[in-house]
Amino acid sequence: MMRAEAGDLQHSIAPDMRDTDLAPEVLDRQLERVWGTPATLWGILATVDHKRIGRRYVATAFIFLAMGGVLALLMRLQLAGPERRLIGPDRYNQIFTMHGANMMFLFAVPVMEAIAVYLVPLMVGTRNIAFPRLNAFSYWIYLAGGVLLWVAFALDMGPDIGWFAYVPLSGPQYGSGKRADIWAQMITFTEIAALAVAVELVVTVLKQRAPGMSLDRVPLFVWAMLVTSFCVIMAMPAIMVASTSLILDRLVGTHFYNPAEGGDVLLWQHLFWFFGHPEVYIIFLPAVGMISGILPTFARRPIFGYLPLVLALIATGILAFGLWVHHMFATGLPRLGESFFTASSMAIAIPNGVQIFCWLATLALGRPVLAAPLLFVLAFFFTFIIGGLSGVMVASVPLDTQVHDTYFVVAHFHYVLIGGAVFPLMGAIYYWFPKLTGRMMSERVGRVVCGLVFVGFNLTFFPMHILGLQGMPRRIYTYQPDMPWGGLNLFVSLSSCLLAAGFLIFFIDIMRCMRWGLPAGDNPWNAATLEWATTSPPRSYNFARIPVVSSANPLWDEPELLVSSGLRVERRELVISTVAAAVPEARDASPANSIWPFFAAIATTGMLISSIFTPWAVVWGSLPVMVTLIGWFWPKSTPEDQA
Amino acid sequence: MLLIALALLACKREARELRTDPPATDALNGVVPMANRINGGLPRIFIAQGSPYENNAYQLGQGKRLYDWFNCKGCHANGGGASGPALTDGRWRYGPDPVSIFLTIRDGRPHGMPAFANRLTTEQIWQLTGYVRTMGAYSAQTAAPSRNDEMQSRPAENRAPAATEIRMPPSR
Amino acid sequence: MRALATSLALLCAGCTGSQTVLAPMGPQAAQLNWLLWSFILICGIIWLLVMFVLVLALRYAAVPSQRGERRAAVIVGVSVAASALVIIVLTVMSYAATRGLSVAADDPLVIRLRGYQWWWEVTYTDRRPDRMLVTANEIHVPVGHPINIELSAADVIHSFWVPNLVGKQDLIPGRRNDLTFTASRPGVYRGQCAEFCGLQHAHMALLVIAEEPAAFEAWRDAQLQVARPPETIEQEAGRTFFVSQPCAACHTVRGTNAAGTLGPDLTHVASRRTIAAGLLETTRGSLAAWIADPQTIKPGNNMPMVTMTPEQLRAVSAWLVDLQ
Repeated sequence: MMRAEAGDLQHSIAPDMRDTDLAPEVLDRQLERVWGTPATLWGILATVDHKRIGRRYVATAFIFLAMGGVLALLMRLQLAGPERRLIGPDRYNQIFTMHGANMMFLFAVPVMEAIAVYLVPLMVGTRNIAFPRLNAFSYWIYLAGGVLLWVAFALDMGPDIGWFAYVPLSGPQYGSGKRADIWAQMITFTEIAALAVAVELVVTVLKQRAPGMSLDRVPLFVWAMLVTSFCVIMAMPAIMVASTSLILDRLVGTHFYNPAEGGDVLLWQHLFWFFGHPEVYIIFLPAVGMISGILPTFARRPIFGYLPLVLALIATGILAFGLWVHHMFATGLPRLGESFFTASSMAIAIPNGVQIFCWLATLALGRPVLAAPLLFVLAFFFTFIIGGLSGVMVASVPLDTQVHDTYFVVAHFHYVLIGGAVFPLMGAIYYWFPKLTGRMMSERVGRVVCGLVFVGFNLTFFPMHILGLQGMPRRIYTYQPDMPWGGLNLFVSLSSCLLAAGFLIFFIDIMRCMRWGLPAGDNPWNAATLEWATTSPPRSYNFARIPVVSSANPLWDEPELLVSSGLRVERRELVISTVAAAVPEARDASPANSIWPFFAAIATTGMLISSIFTPWAVVWGSLPVMVTLIGWFWPKSTPEDQA
Repeated sequence: MLLIALALLACKREARELRTDPPATDALNGVVPMANRINGGLPRIFIAQGSPYENNAYQLGQGKRLYDWFNCKGCHANGGGASGPALTDGRWRYGPDPVSIFLTIRDGRPHGMPAFANRLTTEQIWQLTGYVRTMGAYSAQTAAPSRNDEMQSRPAENRAPAATEIRMPPSR
Repeated sequence: MRALATSLALLCAGCTGSQTVLAPMGPQAAQLNWLLWSFILICGIIWLLVMFVLVLALRYAAVPSQRGERRAAVIVGVSVAASALVIIVLTVMSYAATRGLSVAADDPLVIRLRGYQWWWEVTYTDRRPDRMLVTANEIHVPVGHPINIELSAADVIHSFWVPNLVGKQDLIPGRRNDLTFTASRPGVYRGQCAEFCGLQHAHMALLVIAEEPAAFEAWRDAQLQVARPPETIEQEAGRTFFVSQPCAACHTVRGTNAAGTLGPDLTHVASRRTIAAGLLETTRGSLAAWIADPQTIKPGNNMPMVTMTPEQLRAVSAWLVDLQ
């Protein structure tokens, strides 16, 4: 298919034809032919268009969100009254493990990366993400990992060890069957996917920015994703090591976590939280970037304190690696060490404070328009600050010994993750939906959704603080009638329906507006960044001509956006620029569509799943992987494939 | 089809049946031994339940815990044998048949194997039977338990096929 | 005296909730409570301030100007400095509390606590080996006397947490942790495992019963006795059944042949308030129900369902409920 198309091009277009003198219609047609994805099944499987993959990623992540939400409702149903027999302990343990693992690994991290996969190339003004075939591979691997986890759960062999999978409970002696292995291998899938996207984003941001977009003109969302990607690259290896050694312990009988043979059960916790705490910021920093993207548009002025905000992002990213031990304050580590981690955990409040003050200043100095995306940002302020402050409380060792592993902590991290990441994410969906689909979402429904979710969320999770202080531990499948928790739990369960209703309306509205929403136009919000400079939804090649940037808010500051020319049009080409100043350095080819990433993902999936059952799968399973990689990288003597 | 079949198999291997109905327990006791109390017919319910004590990971895991708790190690060591015979070499004096092993544990055998009928419930004896069979299995089962968190004296049940340990008995 | 103390304790437990951070019953918990409320107060004020500023920011109609930008920069800078200051104050408060909590007590009563899936084994140490005492799921302590709990785990990680007395500490296989606390008022304080430990994590409670020193010594002496001999024929039959059946393989009843160590020591089971790690109040009925079908009451726990006739069940429960 592709080769035939390339053949057609040879006839109509001379080799090394540039876009310089082409009329706009001819240019569009040419670029569409070179960059487009044919509307066939093959085309869908083989596409490397970052927008298609990004959309897929976002949709899949939201499906996982909905499924995880259903699990949460099941838990609330079970906990609505004392000693309910609706769900037994075995199922309940699977459900809360699935809820946590699903939300962290299959929703929160991927959805943020997915939005970045879609938006970052548009924001930096390039035609595709770096390593687009790796991008396609990443999505298929992520999908396989998610399907593995959910199919296992449907078959009553879902992991039942908590999303944190502490040994020895998840180890060979106490975790019988393959449940823990499925969890650990799901980690491998999602980590491969996340690492791949992180590498792509780093290279895209550093090397593919539009001419003139020096580092001080990069949109803050892009900055946030850059910092996040570095966090991913540094944090994920820790969990890879942890989960792989867990599988080895379970399958081939190594002794990483066996105290009798010189292993250590706390080693698991150190490795896990060395990843697990940065994970929170991997979820939160993109949300910060979204807010910094939404706020200026609706405050109708440039963001206040660009430099402090960037520095705060970087500081948060670095500090995130220095506070994992605050998840382990009850394990009896030496007091001096704990004190250090108290200080670092407290210190991370300062860069977060900087961000909040800068946003408040932006609002104060601007003339805010209270549209739906901004309402979600306001909901963020209300809830996230509560979560941040309760975070300061759990950072204190003595206080943590009282509230650790209670519902207080459940409340805390839902305030941080839903308040701090999901509210901005929903705002981002309302904000960027026109760009993704070309249609607006309903403002009226948006207000209802925001209200319902905000009220439902606070009524659901605020009482959990009190439950925790009243002594209710986490992860219990029931509690006894003589504990004074029944009333609040019933209240929480009822409130969760409100929250669920809000999400339901949100999902329905998305589906409705995808088809029947009002047409949006290129820049419906009158925003300042480059993604609004192209059509909604953008064409397969993003920009007919690569824009040239001379300001941090190009669409506001430049009366007419300058464009560059000189790229070849008979093959996929994009501009490579220098890291700091974004001076154009070279034209580089961008890989064309290919089915091989899909095949490689299938082969990798086969290998990873079989290796739960026998270590030899790594040997014979790597043969198909090798074959598909050879296919992937087979030199075809076309410049596209040299990239 | 194959996938569904595999999935159903996996499903059976992973389910955790925490409670056995008393009538089922009684029925599980109804093995039909041969006259020499070696080999025999499994209770019908054993098969009807899907042979959980052969291929269910949870039941086998429970068996492994019982092996520890009821001090089987005291005589059989970690499977290598001490005052009692070895269990990991895949050669059992009364044969590899589950009924034989069940009877050995329940009723004891001459020369020192005590009866556990009054120490273990029927369900537990079956769990232990299933586990002992994984120790001497000729090939490792997927459902077999893995190593314990203790000093290692032999490969875990889900790893080494015991067959590698087998030497042909000296011909007499 | 003892009756008074007990009723007072029950009253306290009744009116304050028996497992809560908010009703401290010892110096350690009181210090934590003070710290908690200071943090809540300071954080609450900060939150209100930020919300106030947010409302102002939304209502304030700005006229773009250089001066406004500069003023905003100063305000932001001052706010950051102020929040850094608050953070430092909170950190110092936290350190001070840690120091206060980790003062070593002289001559504490040393109790060993071992976590099992899903119950607690309690061992009272003593210099005289014959005064060592093993019980389960219930820790009696003398009021006003520092208690040092040595924590260890037999299988997976558990966490000891009695919020009315002190913060939690994990029980980790292959490691040993320590915790010191004092109960300042008599009472019954409930605690619960706080680290996810498997199927029955929800039903792994324990009671700390703080008594006047005299009552505590009386309790301890009573616990050191062997099990009382059966008085009725039915109890006698119960004991015979217990000793000759699988029960004895896991449970110890001192004074009989039952010497299993896999389950809780039952020598004085009826003197304990609850069975099955805080799940049921100890009565003859609950004992019988528990023995008859443990897997329905606490699914997944390690007690098997032993086949027995109704008469045998009645006999065993009659004997056990007599083991005061």
